[in-house]
Amino acid sequence: MAMAAAMRREGKRLAPLISSQPINNTLRSSLTSPLDQTSIGGARSISTQIVRNRMKSVKNIQKITKAMKMVAASKLRAVQTRAENSRGLWQPFTALLGDAASVDVKKNVVVTVSSDKGLCGGINSTSVKISRVLSKLNSGPDKETKYVILGEKAKAQLIRDSKKDIALSLTELQKNPLNYTQVSVLADDILKNVEYDALRIVFNKFHSVVQFIPTVSTVLSPEIVEREAEAGGKLGELDSYEIEGGETKSEVLQNLSEFQFSCVMFNAVLENACSEQGARMSAMDSSSRNAGDMLDRLTLTYNRTRQASITTELIEIISGASALTG
Amino acid sequence: MFRRATSTFLSRAAATRRFSTDVATPAADSAFVEAWKKVSPNLDPPKTPFEFLKPRPPVPTTLPTKLTVNFVLPYSSQLAAKEVDMVIVPATTGQMGVLPGHVPTIAELKPGVLSVHEGNDTTKYFVSSGFVFIHANSVADIITVEAVPVDQIDASLVQKGLQEFTQKLNSASTDLEKAEAQIGVDVHSALNSALTG
Repeated sequence: MAMAAAMRREGKRLAPLISSQPINNTLRSSLTSPLDQTSIGGARSISTQIVRNRMKSVKNIQKITKAMKMVAASKLRAVQTRAENSRGLWQPFTALLGDAASVDVKKNVVVTVSSDKGLCGGINSTSVKISRVLSKLNSGPDKETKYVILGEKAKAQLIRDSKKDIALSLTELQKNPLNYTQVSVLADDILKNVEYDALRIVFNKFHSVVQFIPTVSTVLSPEIVEREAEAGGKLGELDSYEIEGGETKSEVLQNLSEFQFSCVMFNAVLENACSEQGARMSAMDSSSRNAGDMLDRLTLTYNRTRQASITTELIEIISGASALTG
Repeated sequence: MFRRATSTFLSRAAATRRFSTDVATPAADSAFVEAWKKVSPNLDPPKTPFEFLKPRPPVPTTLPTKLTVNFVLPYSSQLAAKEVDMVIVPATTGQMGVLPGHVPTIAELKPGVLSVHEGNDTTKYFVSSGFVFIHANSVADIITVEAVPVDQIDASLVQKGLQEFTQKLNSASTDLEKAEAQIGVDVHSALNSALTG
C-alpha cells in the first residue's frame, strides 16, 4: 500500500519521462530538468547550477571590491601627507580674522566640494545636505544664496532642485595631482565670476580613516570685513593692526581676502580628497565583507542542494529497483 | 496632563544631553549652532575652523624676549611655533625687521629674501609673495606660496630668466602681457639681488 502510494508519487515525476509522446517528452524534460527538480515531497528546490552561478558572481564582486579598497588605501597614503602639511595654511587667517560662520550678509555663496567618482560612502550626500541647510539659513528678504559646485556628485544632486541657483560648476579636479597653482586659478575664476559678500566652503575634514567631519569655512569679502571690524566683536581688533604695503588699506584687505580664499580652498580640496579615499576604503571593505558572508551562505545552500539531489537519485534508484524486484 | 509630563521629561533629557555637548563647541559659534538648530534640528551642524585652531599664546603683560614664528607654505609648515630673535621680511614697502614686541601689523610681501635670526645663526629663504601677520602676543605668521633656501638657487638660470623676461617686456603688446613680463622681471631681479646681496 505504502509502496503503491510511493509509486504513484514517483509516477507523477517519472510520468514525463515515460510518456508516449516523444516530442512533448523532450520538450517537457528540457523545460523541467535543469531548472526545477521536484523532490520527494513535491516541493521544488533551486538547482545547483543557479547557486554555482551566483557564487561565481559574488566571488568576482568580492575580488573587485578588495582591489578597489587597496587602490583607495594607496591613494589615501599619497594625499594624506600633503593634506596634513597644508593644515598650517589656514590657521594664521583664522587666528587673525576669527571665524564668522554666523555672519549676516546679503549675498552668500556656498562652495560645495565633492568627489567626481562614486562608491565613496555618504560624504557627498552629507556635503549636499549641509549646503542646502546653509542656503535655507541665509534665506530671507533681499538675501540670496548661490552655489559653486566642485565635483560631479554634488552637481548631480543639486541640479535637481536648485538649478537656477548654481552659479558655477567645475568637475575633473583630480585629473592631475592637486597643486596650489591649479587651486589658485580656480579661486581666481570663482572670485571673478561670482559676486559675493561671504563665501562658505563646505567640505569633509579628514579626521581619521574612519571619521570625516563636515566643516564649513567662511571667507568674507573686504567690504564685509571692514563692516565687521567697525561693528566690533571678533574682528574689532583688526583696526589695531597697522597695514604695511599697498596704497590703501582696502587694497591690502582685498589681496588678503583673495589670498585667504585660495589658501582655504587648497586645504579644503585636499582634505576632501583624503576623506573621499578613506570613505571609499571603508565602503569597499564592508562590501567585500558582505560578499564574503553571502558567499558562505550560498556555499551552505549549494551543499544542501547537492546532497538533496544525491539523496533523491538514490531513492529513485532504490525504489525503482524494489518496484522491479517485488 | 500627559503632554506636560512628556515635555518635562524631554526637557530634562535634553538638558542633560546639552550638558555633555557644551564642552565640545566653543562659545564663539553658539549663534551659528542656534540658527542651525532652528532651521534643521535633525542634522548636526558642521564644524568651523575655529574649533580646529591650535591654541595661541595670550597677550603678555611684559615685553617677551623671543618671537614665535610660524612660517607656512601650501606644501609644508617650514617653521611651526619656532622661537627666534628676529626675522627680516621683504614687505612691499621694503625690508622690514620684526622683533619681539613689534606693533601688530598686517604686511603684504613682495618676492625677496626672508631671513630668520636665531642667536648667531641666520637662515635665508627666497620667498615669493605672500602675507605676514604680526600679532600682539609676539607671534608672527608668515604665509607665502613658495620658499627656497637661498643656497639652492642656480645663478645661471636666474640670469637667463632675467634676460628672457626683459625681452618679453620690451616686445609686449597688450597690458596683460606687459604685466606678466613685469612680474617676471621683478622676481628675477629680486632673485639676482638675493644671490649677490
